[in-house]
Amino acid sequence: MHGKKKWYASLGQLLIPLVAMALLILFNLLRDPGFFSIGLATNSSGNRVLTGNIISIIDSASELAIISMGMTLVTAACGGQDISVGAVGAISGAVFVKVLQAMGSISVGSVLLGLLLCCLATILFKLFNGTLVAVFHIQPMIATLILYSCGRSIAYWINGDATPQLNSPIISTIGMTLPGIPVPTPIFAVILVGLLLVLVFRLTTTQLYTQTVGINQGAARLNGIHPTAVKLLSFALLGVCVSVAAVTGVCRLGQLNHKTLLADIEMDAILAVAIGGNSLGGGRFRLSGSILGAYIIQMLTTTLYAMNVAPVNVKAYKAVVIIIIVIAGSPVVKSKLTALWAKFRTGKSDSIRRKEAD
Amino acid sequence: MTTVSRAKAEKHREPLTDAQLLMTISICIFAAMYAMAMLLMGGGFRKAQMVFDLLNDNAYLIIIACALTVVMIGGGINISVGGVIGLTVMACAIFLNSSGVENGPISVTLTLLLALGIGLAFGILQGFLVSYLEIQPFIVTLAGMFLARGLTTMLSVNPVKVSSQEFLSIVQTKILIPWLGYTAKNGNLIPAKMEIGALVALVTVIFMYLFLRYARLGRHIYALGGNQQSALMLGINVRRTRFLSYMISGLLSGLAGFVFLMHKPAGNASVAMRSEMDAIAASIIGGTLLTGGMGNVIGTFFGTMILATIQKIIALSPLNQSWWQEMANGALLGFFIMLQSIVLSSRGKKLRLPAWLKISHQKTD
Repeated sequence: MHGKKKWYASLGQLLIPLVAMALLILFNLLRDPGFFSIGLATNSSGNRVLTGNIISIIDSASELAIISMGMTLVTAACGGQDISVGAVGAISGAVFVKVLQAMGSISVGSVLLGLLLCCLATILFKLFNGTLVAVFHIQPMIATLILYSCGRSIAYWINGDATPQLNSPIISTIGMTLPGIPVPTPIFAVILVGLLLVLVFRLTTTQLYTQTVGINQGAARLNGIHPTAVKLLSFALLGVCVSVAAVTGVCRLGQLNHKTLLADIEMDAILAVAIGGNSLGGGRFRLSGSILGAYIIQMLTTTLYAMNVAPVNVKAYKAVVIIIIVIAGSPVVKSKLTALWAKFRTGKSDSIRRKEAD
Repeated sequence: MTTVSRAKAEKHREPLTDAQLLMTISICIFAAMYAMAMLLMGGGFRKAQMVFDLLNDNAYLIIIACALTVVMIGGGINISVGGVIGLTVMACAIFLNSSGVENGPISVTLTLLLALGIGLAFGILQGFLVSYLEIQPFIVTLAGMFLARGLTTMLSVNPVKVSSQEFLSIVQTKILIPWLGYTAKNGNLIPAKMEIGALVALVTVIFMYLFLRYARLGRHIYALGGNQQSALMLGINVRRTRFLSYMISGLLSGLAGFVFLMHKPAGNASVAMRSEMDAIAASIIGGTLLTGGMGNVIGTFFGTMILATIQKIIALSPLNQSWWQEMANGALLGFFIMLQSIVLSSRGKKLRLPAWLKISHQKTD
């Protein structure tokens, strides 16, 4: 308004999630400073591991963080969300387990092969969604409703068994900690996927193309961008994210349960995207916002558990906090607050100042 | 005279709208599917009672599918309906069992009011957030779903059975339709039975059809979903219309909760789990588009019946396993979505298709 850029303007969409995160940390500090203590302990396999609430938050939000990155891309390119990530994640885990069982022994090589094959299978399933969205121009939510409703059955059908077990030190290494490194392994998975996506965006024009297609598809086409290809690419990248998250999830438990693997993660991932300040209608996006959103959701859950809220009741409190965050991020509330702030500072109402400017 | 007849003839030639076409397709497919079931499966499908069974079991689904159709026509989405049903059922069951409530018709009326009140409260809250604070409807109703499910488990984690005699007698009440019955082997005439909930569902469908078609607000909802800018320029209060569409949707979810309780008189934390997705699927199959401005509750009704019939067919076939049912649901949904896409694009509408899928349509020009 005054031409001078405010210090917080550079944060842009990250302002609200950062404030929410800061408030959560502040709340926990006031409630119980011990919440942030970090210790070193020896786990069952004899590794020295870091323990503490913060470590467990960052660790258990890994799958959500990975998937919300992919969800951000699909949201940005297609202007809609993929609600089948949890179900396709179950298929992905089933393929991973199937490959490992077919190989007989679990070695580093077979795990890598399993990861590769399950990645390919997941990309294929995601491209099915992508084709419906990009080629047949079906709303993403409707198109992904198909796999949402039958994905977990396909996962069951692939394996036949309800909960196949995977007993191997390699699996628990991937799911928990590497020997000699006290940080849980899933955190490295987040960093790896994040680096991969950042490299794709920094080294190529993908980010620009994705945002262009999301903002105005017709204009993008006139400028020589292929909207169909960009949308398919976003779904393929989501497939990579989902398969990594599914393998992490399977390894964490050492078993596959096609009903509970990544259950309800689609809703949390969409929430993470929205809390991170990204528009669900597509266009501009910031991956950092979605990752921040994922950690906010997990921090909220852990805080509620630490306050002895029963796990079944967590949803209600979560809903209240989410509503508060989205109200704070609402454009209407923002403009009202800005007007109020301007009035408070100048002592004049917005309309009077506008008249003076004329 | 000639001009009048010509006008009449022209009116006759007026083509079906897209929504009507999609609805007609879904009705035809329902009829074909049911006829196939009658021929191949025989048994229960040849009795009229089967239709009433489908209605009785899915009365609540029909009502929430209507609730979704209303918001979807207005260009929104409401995924909190299943959660609201769960909360309503649990709250009503606890209310009916509470010691302070005397047995009598008053308690049942109060329960109905409680159910509608819960639904209305959710509708008003979500409508306010979506229309006046302009927050994305998906996120608002997702939070609504979390809130409703969380409140349900806060009320009670364990299942609550209704013990009120007054209410149970209503649950037992069946509407008998003798002329649609069948004669049993011992010669007794067994009339077709319909539950009160099924009747409520049918009345809701008819009422919502008339409301959306003829009431001012109903037409405003279509205008809003079709093009918000145009609706605004035509002088429609866009925000209020959207708010009211969510309010109607919430009210219908509360009603659906009461109907569910009349079918299965027990509250449970997992009541109507994931039913919102079934309701969305039913609306889509019936020809409602998520983009808004198009749709029809009669189509939605047949969409629900198609889903219900396919589940019944699988339940009665040797493939009676939940994972087969889910796969059939997915395949059915995929079929209808592709069909809609092809039908709409072959009529030269906004959906684009690869050349090999286009039905040649050039000759008419």
